[in-house]
Amino acid sequence: MTVADEAAQYGLHRVGGRPPLGQYLAEVWQRREFVFSLSKFRLEAEFSANRIGMGWILLRPILNAAIYGLIFGVLLQTRRNVDSFIAFLVVGVMLFEFFQACFTAGAKSITSNQALVQSLSFPRLALPLALVLQKLMQFLPTLSIVLIVAVANGSRPSLTWLLLIPLIALFAVFNTGLTFITARLTVHFRDLTQLLPFLSRMFFYTSGIFFSIEQRFSDHPTALKIVDWQPIHEVLTLGRAIVLDGPQYQIPTEYWAYLSIWAFGLLALGTIFFWSAEERYGRTD
Amino acid sequence: MDAQTDRRPAVIVDDVHVEYRVLATGKRPTAADTGRNMLQRSRSRTTRTVHALKGVSFTAYENDSIGIIGTNGSGKSTLMRAIVGLTPVSRGTIYASSRPSLLGVGAALIRDLSGERNVVLGGLALGMSQREIEERYDEIVDFSGIRDFIELPMRTYSSGMTARLKFAIATAQTHEILIVDEALAVGDQKFRQRSESRIREIRDNAGTVFLVSHSMRSIRDTCNRVVWIEKGTLMMDGPTEDVVSAYEEAQAK
Repeated sequence: MTVADEAAQYGLHRVGGRPPLGQYLAEVWQRREFVFSLSKFRLEAEFSANRIGMGWILLRPILNAAIYGLIFGVLLQTRRNVDSFIAFLVVGVMLFEFFQACFTAGAKSITSNQALVQSLSFPRLALPLALVLQKLMQFLPTLSIVLIVAVANGSRPSLTWLLLIPLIALFAVFNTGLTFITARLTVHFRDLTQLLPFLSRMFFYTSGIFFSIEQRFSDHPTALKIVDWQPIHEVLTLGRAIVLDGPQYQIPTEYWAYLSIWAFGLLALGTIFFWSAEERYGRTD
Repeated sequence: MDAQTDRRPAVIVDDVHVEYRVLATGKRPTAADTGRNMLQRSRSRTTRTVHALKGVSFTAYENDSIGIIGTNGSGKSTLMRAIVGLTPVSRGTIYASSRPSLLGVGAALIRDLSGERNVVLGGLALGMSQREIEERYDEIVDFSGIRDFIELPMRTYSSGMTARLKFAIATAQTHEILIVDEALAVGDQKFRQRSESRIREIRDNAGTVFLVSHSMRSIRDTCNRVVWIEKGTLMMDGPTEDVVSAYEEAQAK
């Protein structure tokens, strides 16, 4: 009798090996309480040592917006031709922060948890997922600043604002897919962590956060066509159109379609890409 | 083999090899490594293959409590990680009746948070549900013996307190196959006795326990069988007293 027969006779299973995708996702779902607690507790721990604790969640993006406003808006005069520049800038900065946080921290979600990955067995997808969830919880309170600034700017609260919910959902899905991809890539190429801040900055300058791409490139139709497909720009444009009033802020309906394609395409791609290297994450070499 | 056919096997390790390929980066550059050679060198940066396990086979049964001994770097921890499925094997196969768990919850805990929060987080990391943790919360805290400090951040705990809490969390769950890697070396005398009796309890509940330790006393007190590994190969497998004596004799030389 071979060993495999004996194992089968007593109902023993092979250890290790990557489960099929469906089963893998079911295992991730089983671990949802872990994912949720991990993100919540990590967020709590991140701010617990600070005197004003969670206050920094709001204060940090406000300070960021203030600096960008001063440098770009006032000194470099990018506010020209932009209606209600402050509100324009604040919406841009707050939304971008969520992307940036996922992009830079998410790439390290496996490599910075090496000890955890090597000592406990759970579907590794839980780690990038928890990271995005943590950044989402950190991002949601800052939306209140966006709404306050919008009202201060003369926007009247309306039912249209509810469109922020699908927008944030799509944005979160997009970030999740992207994080799955960068988290795995970083395992193969550690050098990526050096490169990501530059990529992130490139997104920062090309998404139209402190200047209006539509105004700047109004006589370059090709550039505008390209930027129509830049996902972060789509998010910012939709976000501004939802909360701000004025002729510059009409909702470009086609952007919903473009962004959905990005978000769900990246999620599907990222999930498969991450899952197919599941056995690789625990190795030390 | 025949004498044991009436017992159900829990883990079968069949001719397992584990090889790591490691980038050897610590090498000092030689005079030849200048200019153009730098590029070539980085491409051919020597990958060294470490053969950590070279064909280990044994079968663990229900109610077995197996001590794993061997000198530092002999491959004990690699074998345990392979059994849990954390380290992929290069050759051979490991079968298990249920997913083995490694008693090592430490990496999931967050030092800046209270012991209370960490009990919840550690339990979830081990695969317990929120409800199970609530039900066992008091039992875990009592076993760890740090109820007075449970609201303080874990970074304020002494190393002994931390180790006790980790052990209490990790053994709260009912494991069918449990691997304990050097966890009993910490803690005071009283805690050591309590944790050893906890391990016997798991074993008596039809569980299988692997205990990796350098303390022959712990091994003698808790194990009925010992596997001795040296340089990635199985040296000896048998009743505790026989193997431990042989090991001690070899060490004394």
